[in-house]
Amino acid sequence: MNAPAATASPSSLRLVMTLAIAGLLSGIAIIGIYESTLPTITANKARELREAVFKVLPGVTQMQALVYRDDALVVVPEPDKDEPVVYGGYDDAGQFIGYAVPAAGPGFQDTIALLYGYQPAEQRVVGMEVLESRETPGLGDKIYKDMDFVGEFKALTIEPEIVAVKKGTKTADNQVDAITGATISAKAVVRIINEAHAEWSDRYPAPGSEPGLEASEPADTGGEQ
Amino acid sequence: MKENLSREEFLKGIWRDNPVFAQVLGMCPMLAVTNSAINAVAMGMATFFVLVGSSFLVSTFRNVIPKQVRISCFIIIIATFVTIADYTLLALVPKVHKELGAFIPLIVANCLILGRQEAFASRYPTKLAVMDALGMATGFVVALFSLGAVREILGDGALFGIKLFGENFEPWIIMILPPGGFLTLGVILLFFNWFQQKKDEFLADVADAERGSR
Repeated sequence: MNAPAATASPSSLRLVMTLAIAGLLSGIAIIGIYESTLPTITANKARELREAVFKVLPGVTQMQALVYRDDALVVVPEPDKDEPVVYGGYDDAGQFIGYAVPAAGPGFQDTIALLYGYQPAEQRVVGMEVLESRETPGLGDKIYKDMDFVGEFKALTIEPEIVAVKKGTKTADNQVDAITGATISAKAVVRIINEAHAEWSDRYPAPGSEPGLEASEPADTGGEQ
Repeated sequence: MKENLSREEFLKGIWRDNPVFAQVLGMCPMLAVTNSAINAVAMGMATFFVLVGSSFLVSTFRNVIPKQVRISCFIIIIATFVTIADYTLLALVPKVHKELGAFIPLIVANCLILGRQEAFASRYPTKLAVMDALGMATGFVVALFSLGAVREILGDGALFGIKLFGENFEPWIIMILPPGGFLTLGVILLFFNWFQQKKDEFLADVADAERGSR
């Protein structure tokens, strides 16, 4: 910029101003689109989560987020980001049914994120839903497309742990028939649930003393604790 | 004459200068997200919106933007449109957005778009620039769709998720995996070039015949 400017060359100020104005206008446009789509996006995400929770816990019609703080599971209307959370599921009368636990871990190609339903009274897994995965189309994606496999998780004893066995050789309540051609993905699902369960099993209160359902859902933001 | 000119700018992008088949630009989304027709079309429409929007703005402001900072300005304009497309898809069709993943933000780096700004929109009046962008973008959508349709039909036995064949059809899974993208693109490019060559030969023959008859 110290070199003598060519006659036709615009001043540095003009260059800076052009970029600044372009950046400003672009920023305004982006804020506008962000603000106008945010409600829809949040609503979509919340609806997806509710649907998944209701799917993995049969009979559940109401839910609330629970986090583990100070050695107890407490109800938090809006958990902090990155804080591990489980969802308590309740029936119409507000009676506790089970936990929906989000879990994630490495699959065959990329992280598999899933949600499973757990009933502490019977120590059973009662449902499993894959939320996110990039498993091989046609093979690994059977972990959510193959209804036989997904069905395996509808009544499964989780103690001492779930074991994936070769298809057709299931003999005990804690065994899952793996998928032919997608053993790694199927085993990954089982491992993810086992690991999440190992992490959470000590944190659940004794069956029967689960946190009760707080009065209303999203509208209520009164900080409990 | 004017009418013909803008029609010409529109049509060249669809066939003669097709961004994929003739210029071989935008290969990254071309290979990555064409494993089903719906993904291909969604990606095509997002690119369409970004290309037409940026061409319009770049061409309108072509005399205001100093030459020294033009590329930065183009990128700011393109990135803004990409962000708008990103959020709109996320709000309206979250499922498709999830499938396309990182490839929507990557439209910014699609050389087809920056290429059209530098080579055309920044040099020609708005009307021609928009016609050019419409043509190029349509050509890109057509190319993505033809790849996506072939791969979904062979790899999944379906088109837009509707099963075309009976229960006995064994899907050719490799077609929806990455190698299928390369194979299909190779075959389509082969066909395009073969057709082009035949057409040139034919035109040469016609020219010869006309000269001979005189």
